[in-house]
Amino acid sequence: MKRRQFLGSVAAAALFMSLAGGVAFAKTPADTLVIAKVIDDAISFDPAESYEDTSSEVLHNTYETLVEYDAADISKLSGGIAESWSFSADNKTVTFRLRSGMTFASGNPVTANDVVYSFTRVVKADKTPAFILKQFGWSGESVGTMIKAVDDQTFEMTIAVDYAPSLVLNILSSVNASVVDSKTVIANEKDGDFGLAYLKDKSEGSGPFVLKTWKPNQTVMLQSNPAYRQGEPAMKRVILRHVPEAASQRLLLEKGDVDIASNLPGDQIAALEGNADIAISRNNTTRNLYIGLSQTVEPFTEPKVREALKYLVDYKGMTESLLKGEFTVLQSFWPSGFYASVDENPYSYDVEKAKALLAEAGYKDGFAFRLSVRNVSPAIDIAQAVEQSMSAAGIKMEILQTDQKQFITAYRERQFEAALGTWEPDFLDPHANAATFAHNLDNGPSASTKTVAWRNSWKDDTINALTDAAVRESDETKRIEMYKDLQRKVMADGPYIGLVQRTSQVAMRSNVKDYVVGPAMIFYRLVRK
Amino acid sequence: MHSPAKRLYAIAKLSAGSAISVALTLLGLIFVTFAVGRLIPIDPVVAAIGEKAPQEAYDKMYRELGLDRPVYEQFSNYVGKVVHGDFGNSVFTGRPVLEDLASVFPATLELATIGILIGILVGVPLGVVAAANNGRWPDHVVRVLSLSGYSVPVFWLGIVLLLIFYGKLDWVAGPGRIDIAYDGLVDEWSGILAIDALRAGDMDVFRNALSHMILPATLLGLFSLAYISRMTRSFMLTQLNQEYITLARAKGTSERAVIWRHALKNARVQIITVCFLSYGFLLEGAVLTETVFSWPGLGLYMTNALFNADLNAVIGGTILIGAVFILLNALADVVYRFADPRTA
Repeated sequence: MKRRQFLGSVAAAALFMSLAGGVAFAKTPADTLVIAKVIDDAISFDPAESYEDTSSEVLHNTYETLVEYDAADISKLSGGIAESWSFSADNKTVTFRLRSGMTFASGNPVTANDVVYSFTRVVKADKTPAFILKQFGWSGESVGTMIKAVDDQTFEMTIAVDYAPSLVLNILSSVNASVVDSKTVIANEKDGDFGLAYLKDKSEGSGPFVLKTWKPNQTVMLQSNPAYRQGEPAMKRVILRHVPEAASQRLLLEKGDVDIASNLPGDQIAALEGNADIAISRNNTTRNLYIGLSQTVEPFTEPKVREALKYLVDYKGMTESLLKGEFTVLQSFWPSGFYASVDENPYSYDVEKAKALLAEAGYKDGFAFRLSVRNVSPAIDIAQAVEQSMSAAGIKMEILQTDQKQFITAYRERQFEAALGTWEPDFLDPHANAATFAHNLDNGPSASTKTVAWRNSWKDDTINALTDAAVRESDETKRIEMYKDLQRKVMADGPYIGLVQRTSQVAMRSNVKDYVVGPAMIFYRLVRK
Repeated sequence: MHSPAKRLYAIAKLSAGSAISVALTLLGLIFVTFAVGRLIPIDPVVAAIGEKAPQEAYDKMYRELGLDRPVYEQFSNYVGKVVHGDFGNSVFTGRPVLEDLASVFPATLELATIGILIGILVGVPLGVVAAANNGRWPDHVVRVLSLSGYSVPVFWLGIVLLLIFYGKLDWVAGPGRIDIAYDGLVDEWSGILAIDALRAGDMDVFRNALSHMILPATLLGLFSLAYISRMTRSFMLTQLNQEYITLARAKGTSERAVIWRHALKNARVQIITVCFLSYGFLLEGAVLTETVFSWPGLGLYMTNALFNADLNAVIGGTILIGAVFILLNALADVVYRFADPRTA
């Protein structure tokens, strides 16, 4: 009896301790996903106004688009609200057949009228992201005649530009083409504002989650949508908590007060490596870093000099020692691992070759130039590494540090010699980057389109023609080849030293499963804990 | 002689005078902030719409921000709106500046108030003790303490405090204002969570809010304590070297009464000034503390606004801080009168 009591109390104690342990290491509720993240970039969660990282992440989880990347298979576009689609012979009219029986979180049915209203309000409200749909040749006046609901389940749109079908679909998968519940939004319009004020801090979509509250610089709270077409997600709530300081994010994660820390730099990630409670997920992002060489500056106009400089960066050393795990080498203007990626980096650190090229170009003793850099890590670290590797061939590079916004101002106004720039495409089609890195029709100071090529004063008509042809090509295999060819040509002769591509490193509690990080998007719907 | 009408007139004249001087001060503040905003080499349009936006969107925002009009016109338009209580929209939150300030200021207010209470309740006695023991060990201890308050980086100390009391000991809650389990449970009334929780009678939320507040408030308290104790010490030393103190001692007054009744009484106006000043500094928002503790207060807001060249938010915040200082000044005046009838 006594012995049994003893055993029983030991068992109870063990159970209690394991429970206590469980509690101590899983402080967030089982049906709630808590994410520590820097969210102070959010301005609005309205698809017609959102253009920021945080709001895009939320919109991917609260709305659906006609075609979309799905958490279950992030490798290709699939039907979202649309079940099927067809292009006319000239690729200018697209007809979408919508899924039947779909409803918004509000309970209202999803119809072609909602699609018409959603697109119209983006174009007519004319906020910053409006250009994403306006590139179809739609304007406030014309959009009414170019998109229409044939019936409740059929949506038809006409475009005024020569775009390849794959590009059209990629654009339509952007969060700004999200479909909103027109009945609810129209009921909440104020003074013809298309519901911009109403949708700023809430969602009226059909996605797996509903945006419940947004406290700027504090929290974003999402609730699961029981009416979601692929089933209500396991997480009933998803909370984004604004934690600006990385060390605090890490501490919260280690204590189990958050499930995921989104913004940890390499050293913090390295410190978490080997902690059994923490798992690290790494994924390619679409963000690149490159050095732009202004074609108004003397030696940079010389093709051999540009080529030489591309051999004067220690790509391998930089990514392996300096940027541990945070970046991979990327020399093309389009990131690796995505649709039409060229996936090759032809340049390596080769001082002899560079010296020979410089001598051929008449710069045997090198030259000096200034590199404008934003005063943030890792831009500064990269610049310093480049400064050092360039000096091996007698090139004196002076680093000019400025504030982030000041840098962008100067870069946009062409006030630089060389600039360490960064870019992220707005939609997952190589055209998004080709249109800016490889397109510049008017090199004058008041050009109507000031692309990255324009900022670098680089105008190459052969490259312009290639970009124009690729965007039109309707044969998909051919189109991909054209973009690869374009990337190789720009790498060979363009005014850009492609450097690196960012890898997203997300640290999470090891009990968090199926947090899917897709191409430039994150999905919460499959998460289990 | 002094008819009530005359006295009323005198008071009215006085308050009208001070109202005008307050208005002029605020106008000057707006002018300087506005001018600085125009001088920095940051394009507010790019700050608003981002690097990638096309030229068309750029031109549109340029007009929306009123930048196509002459600077003097921009300024007078802005002042005209401010007079009507419209501080415009913040570029980086997209919301009215007034609404933003109403949500960030209470967070700073609660931290600053607890911080200053710690600073005064601990700092003043420490300063007095240090002065009374001038050159002996209690003095050295206080001086080391206040020196460390000055020289230890807030950022570092904040993280160390978090590591020890939250990370290792689990005595207090971590960064943020409230645990997610308690978030949104009580209605917002004052914006100060502890007060709102008390009002709703929810003790769990109250305890949790306090538990989140204690570290950052202590940190702020430590820094105001450093200043207050050092200043108190020097005021007290001045008093203790006065002749009336020697006289009191000669008369056989106990040392305790000499220090606490005579010297402190005469130093109090200066000490009050210092306390109000420190409170003012804390109310500006402590950027680093707010960053480490994920505290959505005025400091973090203003820093963001500055980095984003968000002029409306910067000016709105500056005016708020200016108003806070003016208010504290007025309050200090009232307290002086209670503390020392001669200042009345």
